[in-house]
Amino acid sequence: MSENKHLLEIKNLSIHYITNDGTVKAVEDMNLEIGTGETLGLVGETGAGKTTTALGIMQLVPNPPGKIIGGEIFFEGENLIGKTPVEIRKIRGNKISMIFQDPMTSLNPVMTVGEQIAEVIKLHQSVNAKEAIERSMAMLEKVGIPGERHKDYPHQFSGGMRQRVVIAIALACNPQLLIADEPTTALDVTIQAQVLDLMKNLKKEFKTSMIMITHDLGVVAEVCDKVAIMYAGNVIEYTDVKRLYTSPKHPYTIGLFGSIPDINDDEDRLKPIKGLMPDPTDLPSGCPFHPRCPKAMSICSERKPLNTEIEPGHFVKCLLFEDGVK
Amino acid sequence: MHRYIFRRLLLMLPVMIGVTFIVFTMMYFTPGDPARIMLGESAPEDAVQRLREDMGLNDPFLMQFGRYVTNVARGDFGRSYTQRRPVATMIIDRFPTTLKLATWGVIVSIVIGIPTGIISATKQYSLFDNVSMVLALVGVSMPNFWQGLMMIIIFALNLRWFPASGFTTWKHIVLPAITLGTSSAAQITRMTRSSMLEVIRQDYIRTARAKGQVESVVINQHALKNALIPVVTVIGLSFGGLLGGAVLTESIFSIPGVGSLMIQAIRQRDYPVVQGGVLFIALSFSLVNLLVDILYAFIDPRIKAQYK
Amino acid sequence: MSNVKLQKEEVQPSVPKAPKKKKSQWLEVWRRLVKNKAAMVGLAIMLILIFSAIFADFIAPYGYDEQVLTNRFKSPSSEHLFGTDNFGRDIFSRIVYGSRISLRVGIISVAIAALCGGSLGAVAGYYGGKLDNVIMRMMDILLAIPGIILAISIVAALGPELRNVMIAVGIGGIPGFARIVRASVLSIREQEFIEAAKAVGANDFRIISKHIIPNSMAPIIVQATMGVAGAILSTAGLSFIGLGIQPPIPEWGAMLSTGRDYIRDYWHMTTFPGVAIMITIFALNLLGDGLRDALDPRLKS
Repeated sequence: MSENKHLLEIKNLSIHYITNDGTVKAVEDMNLEIGTGETLGLVGETGAGKTTTALGIMQLVPNPPGKIIGGEIFFEGENLIGKTPVEIRKIRGNKISMIFQDPMTSLNPVMTVGEQIAEVIKLHQSVNAKEAIERSMAMLEKVGIPGERHKDYPHQFSGGMRQRVVIAIALACNPQLLIADEPTTALDVTIQAQVLDLMKNLKKEFKTSMIMITHDLGVVAEVCDKVAIMYAGNVIEYTDVKRLYTSPKHPYTIGLFGSIPDINDDEDRLKPIKGLMPDPTDLPSGCPFHPRCPKAMSICSERKPLNTEIEPGHFVKCLLFEDGVK
Repeated sequence: MHRYIFRRLLLMLPVMIGVTFIVFTMMYFTPGDPARIMLGESAPEDAVQRLREDMGLNDPFLMQFGRYVTNVARGDFGRSYTQRRPVATMIIDRFPTTLKLATWGVIVSIVIGIPTGIISATKQYSLFDNVSMVLALVGVSMPNFWQGLMMIIIFALNLRWFPASGFTTWKHIVLPAITLGTSSAAQITRMTRSSMLEVIRQDYIRTARAKGQVESVVINQHALKNALIPVVTVIGLSFGGLLGGAVLTESIFSIPGVGSLMIQAIRQRDYPVVQGGVLFIALSFSLVNLLVDILYAFIDPRIKAQYK
Repeated sequence: MSNVKLQKEEVQPSVPKAPKKKKSQWLEVWRRLVKNKAAMVGLAIMLILIFSAIFADFIAPYGYDEQVLTNRFKSPSSEHLFGTDNFGRDIFSRIVYGSRISLRVGIISVAIAALCGGSLGAVAGYYGGKLDNVIMRMMDILLAIPGIILAISIVAALGPELRNVMIAVGIGGIPGFARIVRASVLSIREQEFIEAAKAVGANDFRIISKHIIPNSMAPIIVQATMGVAGAILSTAGLSFIGLGIQPPIPEWGAMLSTGRDYIRDYWHMTTFPGVAIMITIFALNLLGDGLRDALDPRLKS
């Protein structure tokens, strides 16, 4: 059964933000799967719905204004949507944890880092306070910070060090699934590589599955097995890394690769995707990408594309690849 | 930390001298001859002149001021014109009463203000939030001397639950403490709410939830401690208002504190007592503000790191 | 919301042409204020109060010092809406006339505070250094004395009359304005349009009065609104302990003070003047809150 094979399975998930200025369809009809030990890259521009997806899995979508409109999120065969707060709290931080984007703001400034790591350990494991602190020191050592520093406060650490602390919190209970929301975006370039390496090694050591949210295709190539490209709330292409890099199908994906400089090619200028992300409260009709799409057809503005499996394991949401269109 | 406190105490010195200067100047230029007040209207002119000479009232202004400051530094606030007792002992006799009143006022305001503010923030725009925000605004708008009178009419004269005056049993404390604490309770409510609203949107609150932490712990531990700095500031500032408000409250409930002593002294033109009272209140207010700044360090390690 | 953002971005780079943009900025503030129901309620109450202060002679059914000794201590009735006092004077009329005193003291003392405090703060913030230090330490000294205590001792020294109450309450408000103006001057001082004004040879007075003061107007307006509320409260408090406006001039706090002597038997004498104070302060607070939100939309969630 698929429940056994896939650690996480998202089916037809839709999440909307309902505000006075209009409804933002942050995630629309999303379908994804992650197997045990696998890493899925979730790629897209700011506002494409990546973070909302992550918060949806954690059941932390801020409500109001956010609301899960429909769909299912199966984790170890159980639907997370509809679980009681008590049940979901047993999963958060324990079986599924999350690393947030900005380490400067995601740690509580008035608690020592040790306390913050120990907190999650105490919540999910039956240990006393002393053991929790010992384990939190061990976790610090694991992420490359001397254990004695558990008594220090976040402001005494640099950005890269803080992100290590956040990673330590996330991995403290040895979760099955780790969601990393642009974990390196806020860091210096030199630190980015270190943190990424650390995550790769720890993932291997803990045998954790991971969702890596990023807008950096370089990061994807380095750590991911599968990739989902998101645009305006939709997963528009979903396949494994190798196929994505060798034969991208969706015009947006192709555009993304065109906007990355390639040192092997001797091109004069980059080919950025023309236009801007559409206003999320007022998406274009039909395929949301059609106004910027170089291959747009007349039907693209009329009908939403369906998710099409063009070859086993390679899904594209584009009318160019739908049967019976043209 | 110790050095910080020491430095702050040292910085209080010029401020207190400044306060002394203001108070002394005002009283110096006030019409009315202290010697005449002491001896009464019928006393012969030469006796008044002799007393003026004895009291040093004929000396130049700065000399008198210098003498007053040195005396104050030694704890000598002069003598009351009317009671002939040392001002310092008069104030110290009554200060515990005022302090007790102000402390209860602070307790009332904190006990009401912080929980209300937290609930309002976590249930923003709910009925509870709307009602408590209107009530808070009413609380800020109510003159506390009027509120005191209303409470006397309702709870003392009509319902007879509490006495209308005096300050001996716990029953005597209830109405004055509520009167005094209401407006700062309202301010604390408003500040706690807005500060909590700011904090619960922060990323680290989301981190705490992502750990699987229970919501009550997220709010009461993670959020509250971060939201507390502006709240503590308001509590400290409102303590000054409480000391000032105590003057009126004491007068309404006939409480024998420093406030009613000062009002009595103003009516009798007993300037040394007024001077002493103002200085004493300013000193306690400054000390409370220092206490608040020290408290910051215990709330926020980032501030503690700055106190070197 | 997106509208607001756009405008901000437009204003920033083109400040030399500020006057035109200024107008639309204030219009935008007004538009936001009108949307705020609570603030509009506050504004309406204040307009009614100002109206009744101006036309007190027409609104009040009796004169404020019209004594009818046979008519003492009457409870509220259709003839005397809020009853009569110990001299048989109509309390409603006295409250209407009282609004003149309260508004006058409130506005004038805040004007004193804003003018003195504002200029001290502007000078301190603009010149910095020693001058800043001296001025702000002076403010610390004033702040060390709780407002009402300061006012009490000033009035005690100068003598209880209207002018002195205004001065006393005004002085108490100086440090607040000084701090606010200084803070906004410090943040504005380093901005490029000030540099530009300096470069074209504007003198300090011109820079302070034409550029810095208008740009720190927002917090000053909010502080002034709240300040009027505080001043009315302080005045009433002073009168209540016999240090404010002297009889027979109708002042709300003084009326409370008289009512207090008869509190056991005639509740109406203390109730209505207090309600008048409370409604006024309430309205000013509503307006002040609304102004703060309208002037600084970033603070609003």
